[in-house]
Amino acid sequence: MTVADASFTPPSPLRRLMRRKLALLGLALIALVVAGAVLAPWIAPYAPDEQLFDGLTLEGAPLPPDARFIFGTDLLGRDLFTRILYGAQTSLVIGVVANGLALIIGTLVGITAGYFRGWIGAVLMRFTDLMMAFPALLLAICLAAIFQPSLWIVAMVIALVNWVQAARVIYTETSSLATRDFIAAERTLGAGTGRILFRHILPHLVPTIIVWGTLGISTTVLLEATLSFLGVGVQPPTPSWGNIIFENQTWFQTAPWLVFIPGAAIILLALAFNLVGDALRDVLDPTQRGRD
Amino acid sequence: MTPAAGIMQSRSGAAPAPEDAAVLSVRGLCVSVRTEAGLRPLVRDLSFSLRRGETLCIAGESGSGKSITSLAIMGLLPPPAVRVTGGSIRLHDTELTALPEARMRGIRGERVAMIFQEPMTSLNPVMTIGTQLAEAIRAHAQVGRAEARSRALAALRAVRLSQPERRMGQYPHELSGGMRQRVMIAMALALRPEVLIADEPTTALDVTVQREVLDLLRDLQRDTGMAIILITHDMGVVAEMADRVIVMRNGSMVEEAPVERLFSDPQADYTRDLLAAVPRMGQGAGRPAVADAPVARLSDVVVRFPLKGGLLGRTTHHVHAVEQVSFDIRRGETFALVGESGCGKSTIAKAMVGLVPHQGRIEVAGETLSAVDPGGMKQLRRRIQMVFQDPMAALDPRMTVGDQIAEPLVIHGIGDAAGRRARAADLMQRVGLTADQLARYPHEFSGGQRQRICIARALALQPDLIIADESVSALDVSVQARVLELLRTLQKEFGIAFLFISHDMAVVENISDRVAVMYLGQIVEMGTRAQIFGNPQHSYTRRLIQAVPVPDPGHRRPPGVRPTGDVPSPVHPAGSGPARVRLVDRGAGHMVAVED
Repeated sequence: MTVADASFTPPSPLRRLMRRKLALLGLALIALVVAGAVLAPWIAPYAPDEQLFDGLTLEGAPLPPDARFIFGTDLLGRDLFTRILYGAQTSLVIGVVANGLALIIGTLVGITAGYFRGWIGAVLMRFTDLMMAFPALLLAICLAAIFQPSLWIVAMVIALVNWVQAARVIYTETSSLATRDFIAAERTLGAGTGRILFRHILPHLVPTIIVWGTLGISTTVLLEATLSFLGVGVQPPTPSWGNIIFENQTWFQTAPWLVFIPGAAIILLALAFNLVGDALRDVLDPTQRGRD
Repeated sequence: MTPAAGIMQSRSGAAPAPEDAAVLSVRGLCVSVRTEAGLRPLVRDLSFSLRRGETLCIAGESGSGKSITSLAIMGLLPPPAVRVTGGSIRLHDTELTALPEARMRGIRGERVAMIFQEPMTSLNPVMTIGTQLAEAIRAHAQVGRAEARSRALAALRAVRLSQPERRMGQYPHELSGGMRQRVMIAMALALRPEVLIADEPTTALDVTVQREVLDLLRDLQRDTGMAIILITHDMGVVAEMADRVIVMRNGSMVEEAPVERLFSDPQADYTRDLLAAVPRMGQGAGRPAVADAPVARLSDVVVRFPLKGGLLGRTTHHVHAVEQVSFDIRRGETFALVGESGCGKSTIAKAMVGLVPHQGRIEVAGETLSAVDPGGMKQLRRRIQMVFQDPMAALDPRMTVGDQIAEPLVIHGIGDAAGRRARAADLMQRVGLTADQLARYPHEFSGGQRQRICIARALALQPDLIIADESVSALDVSVQARVLELLRTLQKEFGIAFLFISHDMAVVENISDRVAVMYLGQIVEMGTRAQIFGNPQHSYTRRLIQAVPVPDPGHRRPPGVRPTGDVPSPVHPAGSGPARVRLVDRGAGHMVAVED
């Protein structure tokens, strides 16, 4: 590995990311979901809240997937494919923005508490414990009830209850990193706190952050669904993947597609981010170099 | 009696052993690791035999395949990537390489036992010593619980552990490193194996403890007649313990010889280089005393760590890591701090760079450390730099070495990007590396190269003083010799002073101008190199010097007392402390603690 090679210049991380097939698959899936969400008004065959007369059987039951309704219809005779496309808008905002915000808060709290320990660490982590002790759902309902429910408010609320687990994990990892020699070396060089935290500790936390990020996608999407079901989330008839599952879960045995299809959509989105995240972690880790 | 013993002709000129005496014979052993580029050999065509009661040393530097060989004999190669790809290992007439795991388990521990370098990681931290020993015995022998415990107790007595009854109920963390290694030896020997493989058994121990463990191994061998394979990188240990020596390099045997001949008349070039690189006492060249102004001065420095306990979390005890230590380091000199682990030498280094709080006065470049503001502290850091023991741990694994060498320049806002790059390239060349390696990451370098990178980083700010905290201890001897040479060259060139912290008396003897010996947080003797090594006054200094293994098989140590007592603890209840030693001048600045 130490063979001298004067022309050795590492290719950029993006180029190396693109070389991985699984990462490309993940990126393609994400692109598909984003395209579906953005282009929904043009590509959706119906309006999201249009109750079609022929969308139900004569007995009033929903239709299974067929040539006309490729994902079938729901209990009110609405086209499920259309609702999945529109629902992607909501779910992306929740899964990416709310989840990302939760990660940023969690990382900042965890890294600060883990590096400084002492009273700063104690205060921050006791506050985190306090947040953990409250049922997240109860807290979210309170917050959502105080503010006027809208998609962005729901995203904020989810971020505010979801950062705690990430903060705990980041705290533990930071406190072990902070005792390593290279951090001590950095301090003897006279490096400031900000430089140590963000140039030297943060890169080592990337794998953890990526894992929490991908895990968070499905939990936040489902938390939004729960809030919507309880009437404090995204208001019907606006569709989201989570509330499609919730509206229809009692019909699971007679109309399974109403649960399976949005469920599969959530899994695919989480999987896509997971694939990209894994590849990103390897690409950013110099010790993995050469194993592409 | 065994067919293999007949084939195995020892190349040694030692008295021909009876054929049936070969306990273990290894023939044409090849071990390979599977990589993406195909099989890569780790051990190539290795053959040797081991007789009853014999000590065979396998010496070599890291990566020479010596540990892999021992794991292959034990059948402990990490599956599935590493495996034996050829040759045979026979224990009497049992072929070990072909043995299924279930039968191998019966042999392991009972007939071939092994002790490892780090006793703490080899013992289960949540089981008492007694339980672990009894369990190891019961795994092989059909005995009851009580019988196993009494055998365990006997084993602890056999390794001369103090208070064996009490040790049975203790956990590994309650024992010192030397005691833990004794427990490991007791565990290995409880079943009276025919072969004991000791993989660097004393590398992690202090010299005086190493001395005790080596003596113990030799005595036990005499009593039981077991054969020992001792794997070590330390030629001093080889000279003291071995009957025969195998020198390995890159997975192949370079030379095999009886120990006297290996040292007196080495055949292979590599063996000669290896022996030449070993630091020996008495090689240090005297230099004129440096009379310059001090770059750092410590007066009555105290570092204590509180231990909290009780319901209210009050401080009940203090660890007295450093007690009233005073010395100064002059410009351009090498000042060495020696002592065993836990004596507080590293704590002094940490206090000097502000990593731990201290009482007393530390002056660097005329400024008192505790009196400067954060801005002044940042400026002071430019004057004093540190090189750590483990270069892999001291470098950020996610940053290129170029960025890391330039890091101090960035932090202190020196130069522009292009200037910093040029300076980093210059420093790389200065420490013997090339500028085109700047874009690489630490894991792409060898241990010695990494330590050079750390030195380059410490040099970037052109400090007056570099603290080298065990900076060459983790390196192979040949690499160690080159790094020491580099430090000497840099000192001549830039007039840097070194505070050289080490437990290795031979290295200290070779490079230092002045030496301070520390024991339990206090300096017990201080003077020039000639005073300390030529005329050691304090009993502890003498013990340290005597304990150093001498790389000469002809050397016979005077039979000294074998201390088996516990090392006194630096922990004292709050409000009390250790008795302060009084240093008196025995002439020409040779300070010695008064002993009762």
